[in-house]
Amino acid sequence: MTNEVCFRTLHLEMPWSLEAYESVGGYSTLKRIVAGELSFETIIDELKLSALRGRGGAGFPTGLKWSFMPRNLAGQKYVVCNSDEGEPGTFKDRDILRYNPHQLIEGMIIAGYVMNATVGYNYMRGEFYEPLERMEIALAEARKKNYIGNNILGSDINFELHNHMGAGAYICGEETALIESIEGKKGQPRFKPPFPANYGVFGRPTNVNNTESYASVPAILQHGGQWFLELGKPGNGGTKIFSVSGHVNKPGNFEVNLGTKFSDLLAMAGGVHGGKKLKAVIPGGSSSPILNADTVMNISMDYDAIGKAGSMLGSGAVIVLDETTCIVELAATTAHFYYEESCGQCSPCREGTGWMSRVIHRILKGEGRPEDLDNLDRVASNIMGRTICALGDAAAMPIKGFLKHFRHEFEYMIEHKRSMVKG
Amino acid sequence: MTDLNYDQTLHLKNIVPQRAIEEIDLWIKKYPEERKRPPIIAALKVVQEHNGNYLTEETMQAVAEYLDVPDVAVYEVATFYSMFHLDKVGRYVISVCNNISCSLRGADKVIEQLQSRLNIRAGETSDDGLYTIKTVECMAACAGAPMLEVNKTYYENLTEEKIDKILSDIAAMELKRAAVRSTIDDAASIEPSEVKD
Amino acid sequence: MDKVHIEIDGKKLEAEVGSMIIEVADEADIYIPRFCYHKKLSVAANCRMCMVDVGSLPKAVPACATPVAEGMVIQTQTAKAINAQKSVMEFLLINHPLDCPVCDQGGECELQDLSIGYGADVGRYSESKRVVKDKDLGPLIATDMTRCIHCTRCVRFGQEVVGIREMGATGRGEHMEIGTYIESSIESEVSANIIDLCPVGALTAKPSRYKARAWELRQSSSVAAHDCLGSNVYVHHRRNEIIRVVPKENEAINEVWLSDRDRFSYQALSEGKRLLTPRIKRNGEWHDTDWQTALNKVVAEMKRVIGASKGNDFGMLVGNSVTTEESYLAQKLIRGAGSNNIDFRIRRRDYSGDGSGMVRSGFNFPMEKLDEMDATLLIAADLRHEQPLSAFRVRRSTGFGQVMAINPFDGEYNFRLTHELQPETNLLAQEVAAVVAAADKICPDVLSAEAKEWLASVEFNQTHEKIASNLINSESSCLLSGVYVQEHPQAETINWLIESLALITSSSWGYMTQGCNAAGNKIAGAVPMRSAAGGKSKPGKNARQMITEGMKGYFLLNCEPDVESIWSEQALKNLQKAEYVIALTPFADGRALEYADVMLPIAGCFETSGTYVNVEGKWQSFGAAVAAQGEARPGWKVLRVLGNLFELAGFDYESSQQVINHLREKFDAVGDIRVARKIPSPLTLVDFNEATRESLGLYKVDPMVRRAKALQQTPKASTHHISISRVKT
Ligand SMILES: Cc1cc2nc3c(=O)[nH]c(=O)nc-3n(C[C@H](O)[C@H](O)[C@H](O)COP(=O)(O)O)c2cc1C
Ligand code: SF4
Ligand code: FES
Repeated sequence: MTNEVCFRTLHLEMPWSLEAYESVGGYSTLKRIVAGELSFETIIDELKLSALRGRGGAGFPTGLKWSFMPRNLAGQKYVVCNSDEGEPGTFKDRDILRYNPHQLIEGMIIAGYVMNATVGYNYMRGEFYEPLERMEIALAEARKKNYIGNNILGSDINFELHNHMGAGAYICGEETALIESIEGKKGQPRFKPPFPANYGVFGRPTNVNNTESYASVPAILQHGGQWFLELGKPGNGGTKIFSVSGHVNKPGNFEVNLGTKFSDLLAMAGGVHGGKKLKAVIPGGSSSPILNADTVMNISMDYDAIGKAGSMLGSGAVIVLDETTCIVELAATTAHFYYEESCGQCSPCREGTGWMSRVIHRILKGEGRPEDLDNLDRVASNIMGRTICALGDAAAMPIKGFLKHFRHEFEYMIEHKRSMVKG
Repeated sequence: MTDLNYDQTLHLKNIVPQRAIEEIDLWIKKYPEERKRPPIIAALKVVQEHNGNYLTEETMQAVAEYLDVPDVAVYEVATFYSMFHLDKVGRYVISVCNNISCSLRGADKVIEQLQSRLNIRAGETSDDGLYTIKTVECMAACAGAPMLEVNKTYYENLTEEKIDKILSDIAAMELKRAAVRSTIDDAASIEPSEVKD
Repeated sequence: MDKVHIEIDGKKLEAEVGSMIIEVADEADIYIPRFCYHKKLSVAANCRMCMVDVGSLPKAVPACATPVAEGMVIQTQTAKAINAQKSVMEFLLINHPLDCPVCDQGGECELQDLSIGYGADVGRYSESKRVVKDKDLGPLIATDMTRCIHCTRCVRFGQEVVGIREMGATGRGEHMEIGTYIESSIESEVSANIIDLCPVGALTAKPSRYKARAWELRQSSSVAAHDCLGSNVYVHHRRNEIIRVVPKENEAINEVWLSDRDRFSYQALSEGKRLLTPRIKRNGEWHDTDWQTALNKVVAEMKRVIGASKGNDFGMLVGNSVTTEESYLAQKLIRGAGSNNIDFRIRRRDYSGDGSGMVRSGFNFPMEKLDEMDATLLIAADLRHEQPLSAFRVRRSTGFGQVMAINPFDGEYNFRLTHELQPETNLLAQEVAAVVAAADKICPDVLSAEAKEWLASVEFNQTHEKIASNLINSESSCLLSGVYVQEHPQAETINWLIESLALITSSSWGYMTQGCNAAGNKIAGAVPMRSAAGGKSKPGKNARQMITEGMKGYFLLNCEPDVESIWSEQALKNLQKAEYVIALTPFADGRALEYADVMLPIAGCFETSGTYVNVEGKWQSFGAAVAAQGEARPGWKVLRVLGNLFELAGFDYESSQQVINHLREKFDAVGDIRVARKIPSPLTLVDFNEATRESLGLYKVDPMVRRAKALQQTPKASTHHISISRVKT
């Protein structure tokens, strides 16, 4: 089944309107909360049952994360949505914001209620002017109906939600960098512990989730955790939006059940374009290691299966590569990206990303040396696990993946000073 | 901090129009009162829009003064985020994504076409001060690859014709602007007409 | 504090809960390499050098950011730890210029040291290196930013310790650069501490740049001479030339810091115009002479002037950085020679308290406690420019406590004040009195009836009450008055008010004093009303009288009253008019050339042994780091010989140590005797017109600082003095 959770208004006219959202049962969960029918414990239990895992990349169980928030601690607490959507290949949150903003808003209100937090920030990447407009309109509608504000629908629940904009920095998708950015600073990740649940925005307890994670919550609570769980596979409950891009005929977002076969997903995206042969797939955004065609055609799209195949589901960004793709070029683009986006605070990431990028670009220029490949792999290993945040790993993993599966293309280029596939 | 060199005529209110100040004030209200820094990013974006798409030492200092934060706090932010320009750029900043999905679908052709039409290289600004071509990382619109952004607007599924249309729309609008003899360097008030999909 | 038990490299250790592995290791003398970690700064954990192997964890973790936990087993030398450290080292070196032979940090560079232990032997990086444009940070700090390894210690120092964000890290990723906003020099009074903090040669001391290599330097301990804290320093010298001065750690005084003034004043000694031989003026012309001739002449002239006026017309003015030994011998000399006119307080207007108060004025609590005060009331205290490092401590207390101020000038603070009163200068006493009266209302059982009566007519408002109640309700509180209070025409009244307020509110009190040795000079008896250790003395003339009334003869002990006194104009006039002026000074410039008749070259700071007593009463003795230049001799030796020439008893000391021991015995015998302050006369509006209305200014405080070239080139040299313009008429 498709489009049952975050995209459930997509078939309607003006899917972003309050009317459209309410017509699919939108805000009914909030009303049940106001009526005292849903305690915060029940909500957490339902979420745990649903097996919803964080959709931002790391896949951490959402119900568990919510239960970590010290809801009874006095003082301000915050609910923060990560709409930074910077992972190359990912474009799902933008569509949730544009086409179903109310579901995100309701999800965040519910989170505010569960965690006893009265203020929320939705952190959107700096370029999202159009989504910002939609969000602001939706917020105004929700405010008018008293879905947000003080004494929501006559209850003693208060919740105010603000949009915050970034200004171009991939690292701000990392949750502690995002928090720093909300505080008006450079997006430099914080060392953890302390985790945001104890020390987040303005030093207060803060819950950070991805847009899709929050937006899944109202549907889950409306239909029950069991319903969501059953949509997917055990431990991989629900649907997931896969952003399919690259060499396919119909790139786009597909909200499908977790566990859908990759081949089915590829078919939905119209198959490999130009009748070409599939070469490989980057299954979970640019930081996930590449999988070659044979492997990927035989797996299903869920956390466990992709993990077992040696990569990760990540943000659900599926980049499809046909036989004409030069892996060295791809590696150069990827390495350059992380080099550009390293925040610069930790030595291994700041220096290592530049090192990798320079070596690969040199190979691309036909100036590669045989020892470069071992060195590249060594540098990548030396970054991994030694940085404050996971950007270091994100930069290293794909390079190691390219080397593992396509070392021959690098070797060919070093020897012949030209691409093996492009000539 | 008291800065003896600070030129008192450079208050933010003297640099950007009232509506820009009002917009900044809206952002200020979103954060706890005792926190001065959270609106820095938003304020810089608003000021940049009203200052011909780029920031100068004076504008950054004025933002610092307006928000009551140290200069260096503003400068750090302005140099960290890639949407801020610290050198003069064109009235139309054309940002072309050349990350993976867009390169797989011909981002380099887009860049070539723009370079030849506008006669500048990526990273450069045209002599008439109208255009800057910039390559950027993934903008979360890969389904529409290849794509670009002009100031605040995305253009997706680019083709040669579409790019030419974008450029001719801008040119037409510039003619109109010249006719009105608008003298304010106010990028905020201009957006090329919709060339929506 | 709860304890946990851990093990590092097999050593069983007990550690406080919440401490980081690196702290515990440092304590136990187990070395873990690091660049970004510094015990006085927040944890940044960005260099990743301090990776260690923690028992169960699959990956090495940073020791600076990993808190200890019960039963933790930590190893610093396993393959896992060493590999992590080596790879980080490799990353740090790829963009670092390997220019150690020409780098000023060479020999004391943390990167260089560690690269020997952890650097890979072959450079595997063959890409292009980053080059960073240099920044101009002003006359004190030289930069070579290509060498920067982005540890952000300098940035954190400004942000956290000083409270003034001057340095920042701009740009991102590999383009990140450390610098100031655009290009401006950094101006704080403690800026050069970032030189010590910088683990590599990116930030070095400009005045000593390229002067010497670290391994050529010899190091002597000493005490800084430009404010009353008495910061501990190391003087680094080579072949009898001072190359630089750096802080010597003393947690109780300067912690690990040093003010720029204390750090760079030595330049006056190595580069200033020095007096190298005794000189006598004949017919308006200066002639070099030998010591014998000069000293005989001095003795003869002193005898002549003192004899002719029964001591009344000859006076001795003692400078700001004179050692305790020197002032002790000086007062002995002048008293022995028949005059009681001696004073070091050349910026004091009010002497009505002479004879009361304490032998040693200053703090009645250790200054370390400033860190912990729940409430601090500043009274006309310009901490940042008078005793810069004390502001760090007060700032620290604002983490939990509050700081309030009564300020007759526009103060610059590096912390937030919770209450600030800004009276006109001549209403300062009234304003303090109002707080005392408010406090008396809240706690009426403390003051004497007489004191209450004095306060009866004093009006106060809600702010005064708030300040008073904050002091009363705080567990620990203190009153801190600035140098400016001691210069005020109603100093004695204000002092009485401060002590009354302290009594009511159970606060500690501290009087910041001018110069580095006010306490020592007072104990030594360099004052007209008392001899050494509170001993009796026939009253002599005080500094104000000596300066404004004019004298036939002056003896200037490293003192330039024409600059330093608040009656500087009159001082100059009267010095020029005097029959005979004897100047003991290390310098051969200044107006002494005009008004003096004989100039005797004495050693400057670091060239003599001696003792300073700091504001809390710590006696700090030091040896000479280098020998005095030319024929110059330590002041105490010159004074001793003069005593001998006068054939006075008690001048047969062989070392400064003997001098100070002698004084110390006397002082310990009587203790810090205290004579109750008299109830002051009723408050009136006072007149300021007769003297200068400016404070001495950060870089004007003493002859040495005034001649330190680099300090004089900083923006603060011309701007940081307090102007007493707010006067009610
Ligand atoms: C370098 C980096 C970039 C990230 N970018 C994003 C992002 O753009 N959007 C996002 O939701 N999470 C991103 N994350 C993951 C977040 O740190 C965080 O795990 C997530 O927002 C948690 O939400 P979830 O549990 O709902 O997934 C990023 C992580 C790293 C290390
Ligand atoms: S890993 Fe990279 S991006 Fe993450 S904190 Fe370190 S330097 Fe910054
Ligand atoms: S000292 Fe621990 S990371 Fe730098």
